[in-house]
Amino acid sequence: MKLESKIPQGSVDTKWTQYKSSVSLVNPANKRSLHVIVVGTGLAGASAAATLAEMGYKVSAFCFQDSPRRAHSIAAQGGINAAKNYQNDGDSVYRLFYDTIKGGDYRAREANVHRLAEVSTNIIDQCVAQGVPFAREYGGTLSNRSFGGTQVQRTFYAAGQTGQQLLLGAYSALERQVGLGNVTMYSRHEMVEVVKIDGKARGIIARDLVSGKLERHFGHAVLLCTGGYGNVFYLSTNAMGSNVTAAWKAHRAGAFFGNPCFTQIHPTCIPVSGHYQSKLTLMSESLRNDGRIWVPKKKDETRQPNDIPEDERDYYLERRYPAFGNLVPRDIASRAAKERCDAGYGVGTTKMAVYLDFKYNMINKYGRTEASKRGIQNPSEDVLLELGKEIAKEKYGNLFDMYKQITAEDPYEVPMKIYPAVHYTMGGLWVDYELQTTVPGLYALGEANFSDHGANRLGASALMQGLADGYFIIPYTLGSYLSKEIHTKPISTDHEAFVEAEKKVSDRINQLMGIQGKRTVESYHRELGLIMWDKCGMARNEKGLKEAIDQIRALRDDFYKNVRIPGSVDEFNPELDKAGRVADFLELGELMCWDALNRNESCGGHFREEYQTEEGEALRDDENFKNVFAWEYKENNQWELHKEELNYENIKIQQRSYK
Amino acid sequence: MNINLKVWRQRNQNSEGRFEEYKVQASPDMSFLEMFDVLNEQLIEDGKDPVAFDHDCREGICGMCSMVINGRPHGPKQGVTTCQLHMRSFSEGDTIVVEPWRANAFPVIKDLSVNRGAFDRIIASGGYVSVNTGNAVDANSILIPKEVADEAFEAATCIGCGACVSACKNASAMLFVGAKVTQLSMLPQGQPERQARVVAMVNQMDAEGFGACTNTGACAAECPKQIPLSVIANLNREYYKAKLNGK
Ligand SMILES: Cc1cc2nc3c(=O)[nH]c(=O)nc-3n(C[C@H](O)[C@H](O)[C@H](O)COP(=O)(O)OP(=O)(O)OC[C@H]3O[C@@H](n4cnc5c(N)ncnc54)[C@H](O)[C@@H]3O)c2cc1C
Ligand code: SF4
Ligand code: FES
Repeated sequence: MKLESKIPQGSVDTKWTQYKSSVSLVNPANKRSLHVIVVGTGLAGASAAATLAEMGYKVSAFCFQDSPRRAHSIAAQGGINAAKNYQNDGDSVYRLFYDTIKGGDYRAREANVHRLAEVSTNIIDQCVAQGVPFAREYGGTLSNRSFGGTQVQRTFYAAGQTGQQLLLGAYSALERQVGLGNVTMYSRHEMVEVVKIDGKARGIIARDLVSGKLERHFGHAVLLCTGGYGNVFYLSTNAMGSNVTAAWKAHRAGAFFGNPCFTQIHPTCIPVSGHYQSKLTLMSESLRNDGRIWVPKKKDETRQPNDIPEDERDYYLERRYPAFGNLVPRDIASRAAKERCDAGYGVGTTKMAVYLDFKYNMINKYGRTEASKRGIQNPSEDVLLELGKEIAKEKYGNLFDMYKQITAEDPYEVPMKIYPAVHYTMGGLWVDYELQTTVPGLYALGEANFSDHGANRLGASALMQGLADGYFIIPYTLGSYLSKEIHTKPISTDHEAFVEAEKKVSDRINQLMGIQGKRTVESYHRELGLIMWDKCGMARNEKGLKEAIDQIRALRDDFYKNVRIPGSVDEFNPELDKAGRVADFLELGELMCWDALNRNESCGGHFREEYQTEEGEALRDDENFKNVFAWEYKENNQWELHKEELNYENIKIQQRSYK
Repeated sequence: MNINLKVWRQRNQNSEGRFEEYKVQASPDMSFLEMFDVLNEQLIEDGKDPVAFDHDCREGICGMCSMVINGRPHGPKQGVTTCQLHMRSFSEGDTIVVEPWRANAFPVIKDLSVNRGAFDRIIASGGYVSVNTGNAVDANSILIPKEVADEAFEAATCIGCGACVSACKNASAMLFVGAKVTQLSMLPQGQPERQARVVAMVNQMDAEGFGACTNTGACAAECPKQIPLSVIANLNREYYKAKLNGK
């Protein structure tokens, strides 16, 4: 099968406009008889479901939490990018486009990313119109902050709760459509199979997680907006329930998986503290606006951070990357932290942490401004610090509180201790320009697709992409498919394809329940996570990846012999839900290792130790790997690799430098 | 640390529930839910049924976790959700009683999990601005004073957890509804539907079987996001104004 990216003709800045004005439309009467299934109600799913319903389609939406408002998007902290240039600092659609391509280490499609930059401005307008209370300046205009990998201020935010406010906006739009009867919402439902008829996606099998019953749902098209799969590492900043199941079932049903090994390890997370730990907590990238990262210059330093004088601190990001300093992209900041800790300069009990220190900017940036605003003459350092703390509280209060709650240390007084953790997956279902997977009628939006971030996502760009996909892209591109489906009558869920798909699911569940071994699901998940973190995490090499593949296979075999799932099928049984998800992670993990093994270069978050510059920077191989890996599932965990070549017509590719 | 737990066990909505006692070994740095993970691992290994409880983000933002701990929704600490509570807030040998949210409008699904669909239905009745995608004007074309934006934001931080309902002896949802009404009634975008919204949401709240507010203030005291009681006063004002206008 040949990969068709369906990128429209024309220059990059006219492609989307051209596409929109020439794509086939569905008239209002026909929309009412077309049914769309939206799986997932995060930013991507809620915005898509609401918008499609507003347009007149009949929509069924699904989520596994008890309410659509609880999707993992709710936890996003720092902000959302848009090329508004409200700060008059030289931002533009082109610059956002350029930063995103470069940030992704030249492994994303130009056409997609340009479109994303174009619609970014509409997103902010739409959200404000819904009543999203973004942070504002005294004059009443919207406020911006900086994020990594850029030199402009284009990030819009609502304290450290931007994802919450954006999702509640999309959720309210969704609930409005539920109230109007245009969307039927299925909460506590998990999609467990795609139903295909004549090669097209025609529905799903979903499991009602309360009763355990399997349900058949028909749709003229199916949209997967099911988020990322970072939880394959067990410990990550993702919510506990985030999983790959929907995407994996789609993959097994014929959807290619794009760049599965492209994982984002976020530099600023609260470090692991004990073996019982169930998840890691992110400290938003926005903190790097005002927090300076350092380690002691001396190995095995025993003094408290506040007792270490300025000239005995190594601000290693400022030292290595003077142009971007603490705001280098995530992959670079993470690797630099690992480098310092591996070299023996780490801090804290485990020595696997670095400091993120706010004192300097609390005093010099905020303290001084406040002092002069309030007309305080010659303020002492203590006064400045107190004034600075007030501003820090306003900007980051909830994050500081969260940090204190978890670690019992007060970041207003002592520097935070942080370390990188798994955060986001750039990889995902391969989609074309229309967000359609390789299965006709099956689409992937948001973090679930592989599309816009290449090998490394810039901060505040996931929220932008999720909402771009849902509010502004799929409403057009879906028309291209559905305009040809207006004669397709609803297919009865008694159709044999539905019967078969349901049977496949119930056989799978019965198999799992029948094992009745000795080990808990959780213990398998933890073990898989360790393998992935050690061998397919921040640094990878051929030997380790090969070992990991063997270990994962062995673990998977053991899982099917020895897992113990309590309770029964026909009741609320969270352990059974988890078992299904871990079973899929056990297959995905292997594919990620194959992907990393075949990509013989380093790029973005994918760092192969064999391929680095003398200074330890990622060494790309554009001759052989300026492409997307798209994996086709064959029987029994065998895959075939397809490649989509990437063409850079507008951006000259170079070695990425932030120095 | 050694902890004794008394946990509410209930098979499903229609069965009778009762307390069961367990012993767990915890560490002070563990979160309360990680202590439950340990308990569940132990129960599964012993061939017993683990305790069902809701959780997802474990960062205090999704609003999914929901345990009444020693009689208090989300436990003893102010401004903290169950998932953010750490065992260091307890002492060696403590006996901790854990129950689900208790309210007629939140039926128990199993053990500590309840159905909070009523909250979604209240939002669906009017907790939004009716603006279709594509109709928005430039975001800076309507200026909003910082103080107004900040206050709207404060109300908008409600995570929809339902602790307010659980804390209230009347199982009233006024704090939850007041938070949303306050957010939208403060912002210029919320004005056109201001009166219709409040009436619709209050009607839905009543239809769901939430109780009346008698101003005890337990809701705001237990709210993990410290939504202030003033949103209820505001809700009442908005409601009576709308009623006076014949909505
Ligand atoms: C802690 C944290 C902070 C972040 N901060 C930022 C930030 O500041 N800026 C930024 O741009 N990005 C941020 N990100 C990334 C960003 O939040 C996510 O990438 C984005 O929200 C994903 O949105 P989504 O709609 O694709 O998926 P999600 O929000 O993850 O939603 C997935 C949905 O799919 C449903 N689902 C999944 N599987 C199934 C199934 N099988 N059946 C039924 N339903 C299913 C879930 O119920 C849920 O509704 C952050 C991420 C984390 C972890
Ligand atoms: S008002 Fe507070 S207690 Fe009530 S639902 Fe909102 S966050 Fe929870
Ligand atoms: S689990 Fe999300 S708020 Fe507690």
